[in-house]
This record gives sequence, structure tokens and C-alpha cells, in this order.
Amino acid sequence: MHTRKHILVIGGGVAGMESAIHLCDMGYEVTLIEKQDQLGGHVLKWDFLFPDHRPAYEITNELCPAVEEKATIKLQTEVKNIVRQNGHFEVALSDGEKLTADALLVATGFDLFDAHKKEEYGYGIYDNVITAAELEERFQNKIPIRTAAGKKPARVGFVHCVGSRDEKVGNEYCSKVCCVTAVKQAMRVRESLPGCEVFCFYMDLRMFGRYFEDLYREAQEKWGVQFIRGRLSEAAEDIDQRIIVKLEDTLAGRPLRMAVDLLVLLTGFVPSEGTRRMATMLNLPLGNDRFIKPSDEHLRRNLTPVPGVFVTGASAGPRSISESISDARAAALEIAAWFNNSSQHAI
Amino acid sequence: MGFDLFVIPFTAGLAFLLVWFLYKTVEWLSHLNRVDRTMLRRGVISSKTVRSVKEVILESLLHRKIFRTNPLLGYMHMSLAFGWFLLIVAGNVEAMIFKPATIHPPYYPIFFRFFEPEAAGFPGAKAFEFIMDFLLVFILSGVALALFKRIRSRALGMKKTTRLLWYDRLALYSLWCIFPFRLLAESITSGIYQTGGIVTGSLGNILAGLIPLQSFEYPAWWAYSLALGLFFVALPFSRYMHIPTEVVLIFLRNYGIHTRNSYSSYSEIEVYSCSRCGICIDPCPMSEAAGIQNIQSVYMIRNIRYKTPDEEVNDNCLMCGRCNIACPVGIVTTDLRAIARNERHLSGNLHLTIPATSSPHHDVIYFAGCMGQLTPAVTQSMETILQQAGEDYLFLDKEESICCGRPLALAGRIAEAKQLMEINRDKILSSGARTLVTSCPICYKVFREDYHLPINVMHHTQYLHRLLMQGRIRLRSQNISLAYHDPCELGRGSGIYEEPRQILRLAGNLLPTASEKEKSICCGGSLGNTVLNQKKRHAITEYSLESLTINNPDTIVTSCPLCKKTFAQRSDRPVLDIAEVVKSAIFRDKDNIRIRENYQIPAEEFSS
Repeated sequence: MHTRKHILVIGGGVAGMESAIHLCDMGYEVTLIEKQDQLGGHVLKWDFLFPDHRPAYEITNELCPAVEEKATIKLQTEVKNIVRQNGHFEVALSDGEKLTADALLVATGFDLFDAHKKEEYGYGIYDNVITAAELEERFQNKIPIRTAAGKKPARVGFVHCVGSRDEKVGNEYCSKVCCVTAVKQAMRVRESLPGCEVFCFYMDLRMFGRYFEDLYREAQEKWGVQFIRGRLSEAAEDIDQRIIVKLEDTLAGRPLRMAVDLLVLLTGFVPSEGTRRMATMLNLPLGNDRFIKPSDEHLRRNLTPVPGVFVTGASAGPRSISESISDARAAALEIAAWFNNSSQHAI
Repeated sequence: MGFDLFVIPFTAGLAFLLVWFLYKTVEWLSHLNRVDRTMLRRGVISSKTVRSVKEVILESLLHRKIFRTNPLLGYMHMSLAFGWFLLIVAGNVEAMIFKPATIHPPYYPIFFRFFEPEAAGFPGAKAFEFIMDFLLVFILSGVALALFKRIRSRALGMKKTTRLLWYDRLALYSLWCIFPFRLLAESITSGIYQTGGIVTGSLGNILAGLIPLQSFEYPAWWAYSLALGLFFVALPFSRYMHIPTEVVLIFLRNYGIHTRNSYSSYSEIEVYSCSRCGICIDPCPMSEAAGIQNIQSVYMIRNIRYKTPDEEVNDNCLMCGRCNIACPVGIVTTDLRAIARNERHLSGNLHLTIPATSSPHHDVIYFAGCMGQLTPAVTQSMETILQQAGEDYLFLDKEESICCGRPLALAGRIAEAKQLMEINRDKILSSGARTLVTSCPICYKVFREDYHLPINVMHHTQYLHRLLMQGRIRLRSQNISLAYHDPCELGRGSGIYEEPRQILRLAGNLLPTASEKEKSICCGGSLGNTVLNQKKRHAITEYSLESLTINNPDTIVTSCPLCKKTFAQRSDRPVLDIAEVVKSAIFRDKDNIRIRENYQIPAEEFSS
């Protein structure tokens, strides 16, 4: 056996961790860097997961210790510079360390769309407009759902597709998981506030995953969540700090005005700052959605046109947690196959 | 005095042209509507006529505005127009001095060398030989530049030049031929008689050694006359109709006549005055940033003139008005385009269901407009400022969106728009307010120009400026660098450039941008274009942002909700409305900070 191949995994979310674990299991030497002070990525901020309501910490509780045991972990570390030399990557890290890697796996993921950019929805302007991530944080910290003034909301509205499928903000793509997240959160709001009316304002519902449709039915039948098809044009605040939403109910074919006590914005995915930086640094091609574009959307979803550079998770487009995990394993295999092929060519 | 058959093409061409133009002028003037005719009558015997003559000399002959675009391009146009004009004048003077007390036929001074090959001895004969040669070379240098421009327009400051129609080409080529033929004909005659100035004389001598001059003389004069005749006949149907029409346009414009809501006789004069120089192509953001080069005003106007309406051309325009500023002839192209858009056939009826209501009494009405509703940070800032200033105000469209009527009018629904405007007018006037403040430049323009309100209509930039001037609010200067974007409707559309700048100089460090004031580039969000796709819009937005960030400001400031929203999606730095900047810089008494003198705008700044 040759000296062990060294792989640098960039990003310590579920995709990066899952890949790192499997690459280690296949006998490779793996270094995983994460810019935060903790492994886990976005999942750390979620309280519970669709479609089965399991706690999110179960995922990180399994992945974090496993990867910590097998791979070299560097927290609060980012890539500063990468130079490709004789088939190796000379990587300079933000802590001053330099390392040599035989392959790079980009797992830098996504950021949530900045809701300030949809000024007409009043995020950052009206106190009772929050994002789904903020609502999730309240769930996680067991903070009761209250308005800014501390009152129990009598009516809560969820706005789908904030920063997704929106030409005007330049994001034409669907972020995939927001619809089902809204359904999940709407049910939880109804559960914790029995008297509260809950409305979802959607363009169309994309319940693409297994059991998602069941969740949607349950939300309506068991929890009485009301779904209104129509895109919000704007939100305003009345004298009682209630949020007045204006939209066209496209099924009834009428304009609709409604006051809600709390408005939750389902912000979509955008390529994370790290993903954008890695794409620029490594000269990786991007799709129309500005996420990294793999070499082949069917057969080589983890390969990039730059030899030795691989991609996994949401840096290659919006994905659910389970999709990211499957994809991360695929990426580990793709890397192994690439090493095998290139060593055969070398001989 | 002589005559020869070869003068016929020239003389017939000239006669045709004069009759045609006279007919057109009479037709245009007789079709002026009553208002315009009154303006014409009042204007003729006034200083406006003197001003018009001056403008004709400066623009039609000297082409001062084109000089400003590019000196070489200006020289090209001037040498052809002014050079030719001087050549005609000098030729006539020469003929008059040579044979005074005779009425010459028009062709005589033009073909003077042919008829009087040995003319000499009259006072200034030598000087005339020199002057006529000099002018010819002057014009020929312009022709050479024109040829060069067709090959490399960039050298003359134009990235794109107009694509020509065949009758334009016919006129263009005959125009190019006129002066080389004249040079040839005069040189040959000079060669035969051993006369002529430095140029024609020397060229004649050289030619004498090369060709049998005698047999070439007559064809050369024929060719010269034919080129002239052909140009004159093609002129009324080609873009060169602008030469005589522009003179009429300048006079009428100075009398205060302009295009209004419908296609008038004056609009037609504007259309015929377009020289299709193509100077409007480069400043068009659609051309530069979105790579669309078939919709510019030059083509839109050409479609009107030749009655080949093209909805795609008419619709695919931001209506930002940058071409109005660039047009050397001063055609208000956006007005012509708006009319062309309204020509379309509308089907179906709209029924307004808005109830007429009256408003409670207040001093000031604040109107956010439908775009203002989409930028709550702006309306909230305005409310804070209004309260801070202790104003007794009514936020007219706080609860219910009210439309100013402009979108209906833009869609060609003039009657419905008028109906809506009447309802709004009652709402505004019933409050007894003396001031209407709006945040949207589009609403501002409509309220000011179409509502005929007997009260003070202000955009919030003007209103904030007034509050500062009256000392009702004061600002603390922030340590922040700002770049200001002039919205199309507020800047070019309403001429408000200074108020926002004076406010921003008090609030922070205002940096210059690459395209200021009337040169400001549309944000790309324009509602004037309903067919442009988002990708191209984004390209225009980025092009505009590039100009705004040339000095790397911390924040971009504008005063139009639509511009703000459009920029915010693509900008790498914060984009704020001027109301937000004022709100955050406002000095409140409880701030407990010592007031400095410069919190208020110095008095002299207001005189401008």
C-alpha cells in the first residue's frame, strides 16, 4: 500500500461529516475544517426534523463523535489559499498552517436568503415579522411563541418562497425544503397554541419527499392549518402592531387582506459565502442558481471539472438532510473511485 | 450668363426639393392645433425669433451639441453643414461681384468655374480662388471623416452607429460624391485654362499631365450636377430631410410648442428632424448593458416616419430619458414613444370600483404610492421625520393602496386614468392640506403635471430640504460616505438634482459617481418596460451600480422606492432611501449633543 492519500474536507455540516467518516473508514487520511467553533452546521439550529418530528440533535449526536474519532478536525478554520502542484493541493489555512492534500471535498453548503432583501415583507422593520429559522430557534430553546409585545398570537401566517422562485431577487430556483418546513412548523404552532389560527400562503406546494404528503394532509385534517394559494405582495403594520398581509387568493380569484399577529418567512437557500469563495478560488463552474455545478447531473454528481476537487451537500444546490447524507456517501465513493483510476493510469 | 444642358439635374433637383419642403412646411403649420398656433403667433414678433436664429446658427450649422459629444464627430458635422453653407454664400458673393446688377439663375454661382473659367481681374478674385478652394478642402475633410466613421465609428466616439435604409444610402452616397466631383470638375477646368486656386489649380496641372482634360471636362461637370440633383431628390425621403426641418423645429420649439399627449403636427416635425445620427444609441442602457441594439429612439422614430409600427421596438424601452439628453436635435423621444405605445388597440372595459371619499383636515398629506408601500422602511422613516418636525399630517394611503393613475395611462387607459384621478383629487383637496408630499417620483410627476392641484406638490427630497431650511429638523453629520443615484423620473423627469445632494452633504460625505444628474443610468427596475426579461434587467442594474460605486461609497442612496428595491437585490453594500438617511442622522433634542452651526444648510446654498 502506498502512503495514505490525504483528503481535505471543507465544511463540517452533515455532508462534510458523513463524507469524512466514510473516507476514513475506507482507509484515507482526512482533515475536516469548519469555520464555526462547533461541528454540525445548520442542523445545530433545528429543533426537530420533517417528516417524522425526530429531534435534530439525534443526527449531530451520531455524526459528530464519529467524525471526531476518525478524522483530524480543525474548528474556526477557513481556507486562505489553494495552489495546485504536481497533482497535489497546497492549502494555506486561516490559522497559518499549511497542508498538502491529494483531493479536496467542498462541503461548504448554503446560507439562508437574507429576508431584508424583500423589504415589502417588513423583516427587520416590523417586530412581528420573523424568519422560519428564528421560529425554529424558539422551538429549540423552549421559548413560547409570543408576539413582540409578549401576547399569545391569535393568528400566525407562514409565507412560502421568500427568496426562492423569485426572478426579482435573482433566485429562480426552488429551495425544496421550505414547503415541508412550513407545514412542520405550522403543525407545531397549532399544537403549542391550541386556539391559534394558522395560515400558509403558498404559490404551489412541493411535497416531493416520502411522507411529506401525509404531513400536509395531517396539517389540514388534524391541525386545521389553512392553506391559501397566492403570493404576498406586501405586509404592513397596523396600530396594534399586527401585520396586515395583502395578496391575491388565486383560487378564489380575489384580493385578500388579512391581519396576523406573527408572520413567519420561509427564507430559501442561497450558496453560502464559503461556497462562493471556494467556487471562485478553485474556478468551479456554477449553475444558473449560482450553486456549484457537478460534471454530470446524473452519473457524476460529486465530480467537478477540476481534477481532484469534489463537491457534496447543499453547495451543489438545495437539499434536505437525508439527501445530503446520501450524497455525502456517494461523494466518498466517487473520491475513492477517482484515486483508483488515477493510480492505475500512473502505473 | 450661360446655360448648358448639364445644369438641368441640379436645377430640377433643387426645384423639386424647394417645392416639396415648402409644401411640407405649409402642411405642418396649417395642421398645428389651436394652442400651438396661438403660441406661434405670439412668438413670431418676440425675442424668441432672435433666439431661434442664434440657435439655428449654433446647432444646424455649427453643431455645438455634437461637439460636446465628441469633438471629431462635431467637426465632421460642422465641416459638412457650415462648410457647404459658406461655399454657397461665398459662391454667390463671388458671382455678384463678378457680374453685379444681374439676377443670376441658381445654378450660375454653383457652376461658376464652368461658365467663367477665365474670370479674373474683378476685386478679390485671387482671394475668392483661395477661399473657395479652402472651403472645398474643409468640406472634403468632413467627407473623409464620414467615410472613416462608417468603417470605425469608435474613432469618432460612437460605439454603435445607425443601420441605414436603402434610400438613406442613396442619399448618403450621392452626398459623398458631390464634393469630390466638384473638386474634379473645377480642377479640370482650371487645368485647361491655367487658372484656379492652390488646390484646384495644382490638381488641374497634375491632371493635365495624366489625362486629356478637354474630353473629361464636360462629363465631370455632368457628374457634379447629377450628384447634386440626385441628393436633392432623395433628400425629402431620406434622413437628410432633417436639414431643412430642423430649422422649423428650432423656431417652433422656441415659441414654446411641444409634443403633448397625442401625435401633433409638431410631433411630425420632430420625427422629420431626426437625422438618424445614432448618438442616442450609446447612452441607452439597453444597448450598453443588455446588448439590445434595435429598439433605440432612432429606430422608433424611423418606424413612425415610414409608418412601419413595431410594438416590440416601442415596448422594449426603459423610458429613462437618457436619449432625450443626448439628442443633438433636442427631440423629446420618450414623449413620441409614449404616443406610439398608445396607438395600440385596446379591448374590453375596465370598471373602477373605488368609492369617492373625503379626508379629515390636516396641513400636509403624505402619499407613499404603490411602490412606496413596498418599502416600509421609507414610509416609516418619513412618518418619524414628520412627527419629529411636528407636522400635522395625514398618511393618505396608509391603510388602502391608492394608485396615482399613471399605470393606467401608460397602458393606454386614458379615460379610466382620468376617472381615478378625479376621485384622488377629491380625497386630497377635501383635507384642506396645502402640501402634498410623495415618496415616489412617478406619483410626484403625475400629481404635479396631470392633476392640476391648487396646492404645493413636493417629492420628499424637496420636502425634507424645506424642513431643514426652515430649521424644523436638524442633522448630525455621520462618518459615512454616500453615493447618490438620481432616479429617472425625479432627475431627468422633474429636474430635481440639488435638493437631495444638499441634504446628503449634511448627513455624510457625498462622493461623486461616474454618471451624475442628467447622465444618471436607469436602475433597471423601470416600470416603463413590460417586456424586458429579468436577466437583462439585472445586467442594467449592475451597469448602473458600477457607475455608482466608482468611488467605493459605504452606502448607495436614492430617492425612489423602485430604484431602492432594484439596487438592493444586486448591490454588495447597503442601499437606502434619502428619508432613511435623514431619519438616522436626525438630531433630536434629547440627544444632548452640542449644536454646531453647520447643522443647518447655509443660506447661500438655497439660492441655487
